[in-house]
Amino acid sequence: MSPVSAGHSALVYDALKACGIRVVSALPETWLVHLIRLAEDDPDMTLVRLAKEEEGVGISAGAHLAGVKSAMLMQNHGLLAAVNGIVSCAQLYRIPLLMLISHRGTFGERDPWQTEGGAVTEDLLKTLRIPYLLLDDPAHVGRRIRQAQTLAHSSNKPVALLLCRDLMWEEPS
Amino acid sequence: MSGAPGTAMTRLEALEAIYPRLGDAAVVTIMGAVAAELQSLGHRPNFFYLQHAMGLASSLGLGLALAQPNRQVIVFDGDGSLLMNLGGLTTLARYRPANLLHVVFDNESLLSVGGFPTATSTGSDLAAMAAAAGVPRTATVRTREAFVAAVDAALAARTLTTLVAKVQAVGPSAFVTALSLLENRFQFQRYLTHAADVPVPR
Repeated sequence: MSPVSAGHSALVYDALKACGIRVVSALPETWLVHLIRLAEDDPDMTLVRLAKEEEGVGISAGAHLAGVKSAMLMQNHGLLAAVNGIVSCAQLYRIPLLMLISHRGTFGERDPWQTEGGAVTEDLLKTLRIPYLLLDDPAHVGRRIRQAQTLAHSSNKPVALLLCRDLMWEEPS
Repeated sequence: MSGAPGTAMTRLEALEAIYPRLGDAAVVTIMGAVAAELQSLGHRPNFFYLQHAMGLASSLGLGLALAQPNRQVIVFDGDGSLLMNLGGLTTLARYRPANLLHVVFDNESLLSVGGFPTATSTGSDLAAMAAAAGVPRTATVRTREAFVAAVDAALAARTLTTLVAKVQAVGPSAFVTALSLLENRFQFQRYLTHAADVPVPR
């Protein structure tokens, strides 16, 4: 049984649906498995599986210009891989992006290869002037996703939510 | 003359030849010469010029095509841009929207930054890469007549097509136009979202 929280993933997914999200782009990562399966199994959702996260910026931009709301699911290393697209497509052209980013490599991380990315994620978001909040408590999920979507569309800019270990992982302590 | 050997076609001639066929399609171009040349033929509200973000024009076209499956989408890509997002060909092929025509103007160089040769000048074959990625229809053309025929065939086929047009490495003397990036972006969005019903994708 995967220690990734199915229940909290469903909370996140339901909040995205409640925001009117109809297109989700994603590149698989451990913490996102349930979210991706929920999107895949939902006949009202178009799931776009990517080769690299930067493509998702273009797909979300196209969907937005055509009147459809979208979200991006990625690991924080996917954020690193998408930076040029975020700056030179989404920010240059004032495209709202709702980015849900698994915040790997922070306190509790066992995979050594994740730790550098975890150390730079929040500073990178600040450098890019992307507003973000942590999703680390199921009680906040619905409201913060709704608030993020509202800000993305009122500002026409990218907004990020960091999916944290305390929300996504159910390992016994 | 630099550019693709054996081609008599310029990109401007190719664009001019199919300009009347663009109709109400959502048209996306890459930055620089392609954007400036299409604007020189006459800007229309259904044209969007992605003036940076090299590689993402095809991904943006995929997003448009999935969001509005009843509207034709035409992307004017380039060899330098597509080489930055070859993985995106596999994503196009995976979802293979029937309403997407992906044109790649291949002048075998990065013309706007000094004409340095790209890998297509040493044999990398973008149409073959698209076919190998799973794009169901691909072709490479070298004349204006063949280009027009291939565009007509692709639009009639209603099947995802990557069409590589080998063109000479010539372009306009300047790339900045009078159309502001954001004016273009909001005009394009208004055209797409008010001109017709917006079906929700599956």
